[in-house]
Amino acid sequence: MAYTEDDLKKELETKEYEYGFYTDIESDTFPVGLDEDIVRAISKKKEEPEWMTEWRLEAFRHWQTLEEPDWPNVNYPKPDFQDISYYSAPNKKPKYDSLDEVDPELLDTFKKLGISVDEQKKLAGVAVDVVMDSVSVTTTFKKNLAEKGIIFCSISEAIREHPELVKKYLGTVVPKTDNFYAALNSAVFSDGSFCYIPKGVRCPMELSTYFRINQAGTGQFERTLVIAEPESYVSYLEGCTAPMRDENQLHAAVVELIALDDAEIKYSTVQNWFPGSKDGKGGVFNFVTKRGLCEKNAKISWTQVETGSAVTWKYPSCVLKGDNSIGEFYSIAVTNNFQQADTGTKMIHLGKNTKSTIISKGISAGESQNSYRGLVQINSRAKNARNFSECDSLLMGNKCGAHTFPYIEVKNKTGQVEHEATTSKIGEDQIFYCNQRGIDTEKAIALIVNGFSKEVLNKLPMEFAVEAQKLLEISLEGSVG
Amino acid sequence: MDFKEKLVSSFLAFEEEYTGSNDDLRNIRSQAIKDFETIGFPGKKEEAYKYTSLKSVLKEDYNIFPKGENSLEYRDIQKYLIHEIDTYDLVFIDGVYSSHLSSTTHDKIDACLMSSAINKDQYKPVIDNYFNKIAPKNGLNSLNTAFTKEGAFIHIHKNTMADKPIQIINFSTGNESSLFVQPRNLIVVDENSHCQIIERHQSLTEQPVLTNSVTEVFADKRAIVDYYKIQNDNLSASLIDNTFIEQQSESFCSVHTFSLGGKLTRNNLNFYQKGERIDSTMKGITLIEGKQHVDHNTLVHHTQPNCESHQDYKGIFDDKSVGVFNGKVYVDKIAQKINAYQSNNNVLLSDRATINSKPQLEIFADDVKCSHGCTIGQLDEEALFYLESRGIPKKEARGLLMYAFANNVLESVKIPEIKKRINKLIAKKLGIELGFHL
Repeated sequence: MAYTEDDLKKELETKEYEYGFYTDIESDTFPVGLDEDIVRAISKKKEEPEWMTEWRLEAFRHWQTLEEPDWPNVNYPKPDFQDISYYSAPNKKPKYDSLDEVDPELLDTFKKLGISVDEQKKLAGVAVDVVMDSVSVTTTFKKNLAEKGIIFCSISEAIREHPELVKKYLGTVVPKTDNFYAALNSAVFSDGSFCYIPKGVRCPMELSTYFRINQAGTGQFERTLVIAEPESYVSYLEGCTAPMRDENQLHAAVVELIALDDAEIKYSTVQNWFPGSKDGKGGVFNFVTKRGLCEKNAKISWTQVETGSAVTWKYPSCVLKGDNSIGEFYSIAVTNNFQQADTGTKMIHLGKNTKSTIISKGISAGESQNSYRGLVQINSRAKNARNFSECDSLLMGNKCGAHTFPYIEVKNKTGQVEHEATTSKIGEDQIFYCNQRGIDTEKAIALIVNGFSKEVLNKLPMEFAVEAQKLLEISLEGSVG
Repeated sequence: MDFKEKLVSSFLAFEEEYTGSNDDLRNIRSQAIKDFETIGFPGKKEEAYKYTSLKSVLKEDYNIFPKGENSLEYRDIQKYLIHEIDTYDLVFIDGVYSSHLSSTTHDKIDACLMSSAINKDQYKPVIDNYFNKIAPKNGLNSLNTAFTKEGAFIHIHKNTMADKPIQIINFSTGNESSLFVQPRNLIVVDENSHCQIIERHQSLTEQPVLTNSVTEVFADKRAIVDYYKIQNDNLSASLIDNTFIEQQSESFCSVHTFSLGGKLTRNNLNFYQKGERIDSTMKGITLIEGKQHVDHNTLVHHTQPNCESHQDYKGIFDDKSVGVFNGKVYVDKIAQKINAYQSNNNVLLSDRATINSKPQLEIFADDVKCSHGCTIGQLDEEALFYLESRGIPKKEARGLLMYAFANNVLESVKIPEIKKRINKLIAKKLGIELGFHL
């Protein structure tokens, strides 16, 4: 029997989250609720210096004055911030030197995820800093990186061991008062990654961190800080999966990138948090603030593949402060069932001859809502700034929605901005064309979706492209080959 | 006392003065003033007014009820009319109908006054059916509804083609220190009918004027409505134009907006498609300088399948002028096979000019073709060089290029005299002589 779009739809609807499992590791969890004492306790638990505690408290006090934003095009029950535990760390916390000492249960988790640490260790040099419920459990390849002067560690370790760097850069791109979730994150962030590339160093391997939410009822507040000194280069990868849980979990991360003169940062994300069951129950709330600052001739490139989360609210941005700096944003957002995504980017052109490129591909299926929301701002001093934006949406079935909200603000006559957006479905003629040449409908759809997202998939580092494909498969099984 | 309070408190006097026979209308008005009292004027926090602040035009102490009659002679106003062709004219001076400058008709079509439509029983069915039916409740609309008094009332009966275009011209004189006028127009085009409308607001002196105009247009099955808005007012006049168009199956509506003047111009243009195989077209040319501000806020709501919408807005901005485009295409779940196109192209001529563009798509149906494009740039240096190398002075060359840039909006104008008029206005603004005619 021929495979039709209806079959695909049926398959999509019945497709359950494959990676939903729950690792049974005892956690050291704080009582629910949030007040200054909890903030102090988190800080104390992390053995942080006084200035850090103060910094958190300032953020917390500011957060209390803020209201949760309601402008994104998403609907969800507002989380009760007093009903969340703000700290949870795996109980057994020895420092490992080799993988053998790692909790076998944890290793098992990785196996299910298909990211066997052993294998990665042998493979082309990917250092993995595994964050399991907020605390770094294992860091590999650290020594190798240390030889080059690269610091790659958890942020709490960085606060303890490199306070001067953290103090100088933390909160400079995303101020602790930036927005509701950034302020919350600044107050209670439990852990995250810190990366420092010294001047002129080209990081020899792709750095990657795997985030996981693993404890029922705990929000996860990651904080990532990447600093690339002049003339350095780093490619940073981040990937997420989460076990199946019936209650909503909150994830409010902050990522700050600083690319100093002539530096380049490539930040890739594959996000596959639990999207909720097919009737829209549960799933992760993903409210992320990501922003990068480009100094002279610097370049920041965001690549993201968003397939998970019940609600996504994420706008990786570039502040093109230095002259000749470049910002890029490549995104694929796939929503299925009752998922809602409101994602896009902000390109703020401040310097002369700055360039930005935005390629955003949205695929919506089931009863999901997929929105692109982006800002391109060319300020009056940004001479010869250039932007190209392209947002394409693909709709599968008539119960889903695709939305585009581009904001374009130009204050300079030499600026050149091009923006285009299209919305369409998979053309019957395209499928017919493939059928005619002996390609069955399933493969044809796979081919078309692949072609649709190719521009973005191509931007992913080799190591990630495979995983991204895999995640697209889960989200749109049957349509991607 | 701020402007809002002044308006609310003067409503009672207004209500006493005008005693129409229509009780429904009285209810609509008093409800509207209550709505305005709660909602108020839109502030900058509202998403739709993010880039346009009404503050600067609302701070003026406007006169709400102009005193006495102001007479104008035909020769004073002739140049503001499209006088080369025969038209029906509805002329209002400071919001008051001027009978000796107008030419109305009741022959097959009704082109007359709102004031008579709301007071005479013969029009009651039309007023009951259509008045205030599509303008959504918001501060500006409610305010206009509450003070509904005068404006154009046009009713084209079934199977009729209006024999002449209809001009609606609102003049304001400087006899009042500053003036706030609220024309209210209702245009009903029945089945298989056709009409062309030209609307213009013109201030004759340098006194500040604020116009808050609401126009409701109903196009029944297979109706054709061709609407032209010429906005070339002087720099003390501001205009908030709220136009709502409801279309039934197979109707065709197009609105051309030429924004060349005024201090602040805000165009709220909304199309609601209520049937199948409808075509909605909105086009605009914006050509401003100085501290002028023009905001185009459009909405097309596709509720039924097999419809089309086209939007094409071109803007040229010089000096410190600000241009805003906020276009929204909304496609409902059942509205399959929609073809919606939205394009906004802008040229900035000065480093202090600003353009804020927000072309939005909200799509809930899968089998649609929706796209939008937005560009911001400057004149092509090579094209400029090409013209200069052929002996065309720089100023003319620039003018020609800008003219060519805006020209495809003019191509769809169906009244040649309007085309000519706009041509002249653009040429004058660009400071060039166009040695050719369209």
